[in-house]
Amino acid sequence: MSLLKVTDLVVSYGGIEALKGIDFEVEQGQIVTLIGANGAGKSTTLRTISGLVKAADGRVYFEGRDITDYDTQKIVETGIAMVPEGRRVFPNLTVLENLRIGAYLRKDKDVIEEDIEYVYDLFPRLRERSWQLAGTLSGGEQQMLAVGRAMMTRPKLIMMDEPSLGLAPLVVKDIFRIIRTLKDTGMTVLLIEQNANAALHTCDYAYVMETGRITMRGTGEELLASEAIQEAYLGKKSQ
Amino acid sequence: MTIIRKKKADAATWISIGIVALIYVAVFVAEQLLPPTHMLFTVLKKGATYALVAVSMNLLNGFTGLFSLGQAGFMLVGAYTYAILTIPVAQRPAVYQYFDGGLVQFTMPVIPALICAGLIAAIFAFLIGLPVLRLKSDYLAIATLGFAEIIRAVFQWKNIGALTNGSNLLRAFPTFEDFNIRAADGTVKLYLSTLVPFLIAGVCIGLIVLLLHSSHGRAFMAIRDDEIAAEAMGINLSRHKQMAFCTSSFFAGIGGAMLAMYTASVQAKSFTSAMTYEILLIVVIGGIGSVTGSCISSFLFVACSEWWLRFLDQKQMIGDFEVPLLRNGFRLVVFSVIIMIVVLFFRQGIMGTRELPDLFRKHPKKAKAAKGGKA
Repeated sequence: MSLLKVTDLVVSYGGIEALKGIDFEVEQGQIVTLIGANGAGKSTTLRTISGLVKAADGRVYFEGRDITDYDTQKIVETGIAMVPEGRRVFPNLTVLENLRIGAYLRKDKDVIEEDIEYVYDLFPRLRERSWQLAGTLSGGEQQMLAVGRAMMTRPKLIMMDEPSLGLAPLVVKDIFRIIRTLKDTGMTVLLIEQNANAALHTCDYAYVMETGRITMRGTGEELLASEAIQEAYLGKKSQ
Repeated sequence: MTIIRKKKADAATWISIGIVALIYVAVFVAEQLLPPTHMLFTVLKKGATYALVAVSMNLLNGFTGLFSLGQAGFMLVGAYTYAILTIPVAQRPAVYQYFDGGLVQFTMPVIPALICAGLIAAIFAFLIGLPVLRLKSDYLAIATLGFAEIIRAVFQWKNIGALTNGSNLLRAFPTFEDFNIRAADGTVKLYLSTLVPFLIAGVCIGLIVLLLHSSHGRAFMAIRDDEIAAEAMGINLSRHKQMAFCTSSFFAGIGGAMLAMYTASVQAKSFTSAMTYEILLIVVIGGIGSVTGSCISSFLFVACSEWWLRFLDQKQMIGDFEVPLLRNGFRLVVFSVIIMIVVLFFRQGIMGTRELPDLFRKHPKKAKAAKGGKA
């Protein structure tokens, strides 16, 4: 059974259908990516799964449970964490406070301290900046913090919305290294990216979205080899 | 690991607690030594009252990011609740002379009445919050300001006069002066009339500080910084906004009751929107997001407006020379200039977002310059 299963999902914003019935699955322990151009509906998909937007039709199953009608709080509790687009750390709180907010819904106070240590071990840069206001971190550090904050909810699935957005190429490399590290720790990752090249090289399975529909699917290698993908997203002209 | 702060208080916290304790002792001693009519006590009593209201407003505007201008309205509710509940039964026929002695025919002790004042204000806030908290920023400010204006009119309505005494004064309830311990012949043995407002405000502000340091407080600040990210972390936005709004109004209600005790009479028409602006000003001058700043600036504000700048309103002679411009109302001109200077050159206010213990700490939190500036 797949960890996350989305069937026939339709979402509309006041008459305009942003998602026109999409189906996809995320297997336990994999990195799955949704790629596509602006306005394809990638972010809407994530926001719907995390309950920030309500679906007009279709179902979302997590570990076999129907979570479509859960509110965000309950969805976070069931084990889905989101790293929102543009990082969205809390700029006027310290790094440590940001991490504690991540553990907001948890009651196990002792384990929280251990998890903070775990995040700090994963991202030593954050430990150095523990008392710094998050708004003063560099873009890459903020992204680390956003990931760390999401991990503090002890999720089974982390959803990341455009983690490489607006970051320097070197930092982007770091981010994808982080994502692979997450996978190595047994985490499942659902990743949205415009940087199709990096995403396809990192992922186990990928879906291509165009204007509210999924138009292609396959493993990273398969899609990288596809001419249509090369032309549309990787900037290579087919001869 | 050492980096994670355990709940143990550090040296800076103890120093701060010491300073606060010293202030209380100083207030107590000063009250025994100086004549009770000294301007200092006016400033301290009103300052303590305003400090509580300013901190309650800061909780909402500074920490939760909800720009509300309803503070005077909730103070009014608190002041009326307190007054209505504590007027001695024997005095009621005289106070409610146009309304047959009024509706309420019992009297409560002061402390339960204060708590009731807060609770009633919080209930009003809850009901108003249901529709109003859906609004954002300026619209929320307009709606809460509107509430404060409406409530002021409603409380003067003659048809509920049996409860509120219409547009007439409520008086004869216990004031701060009644806390002085008197000997049988009426002479004061122990002055407590300034310490008591300090104690009430201190306990309330202490509770607010505890709330801000709990996980709820962090949730408030998360909502202020980024609503969407906060929601994505599983923070229930509407519940926390409602919680902040009701808590803030609860303490504004108690602040209103304290103001009633300070002025010794209550009349709805004195709780104008100008009062809300005064408190907003205190919050801004003190630093949006700093409890310490709100406290310091309320005392400064009250001292300036009631005491230090008073001389500007009177003719001053230096020898035979009459200083020009000084006449009634000039104080307000100077006051406005001071405010403009503060807004232009001290945008963070007196304290920024720092608190008293931060002044004794050397955390990198204060070093705002980002070191790792790449990307």
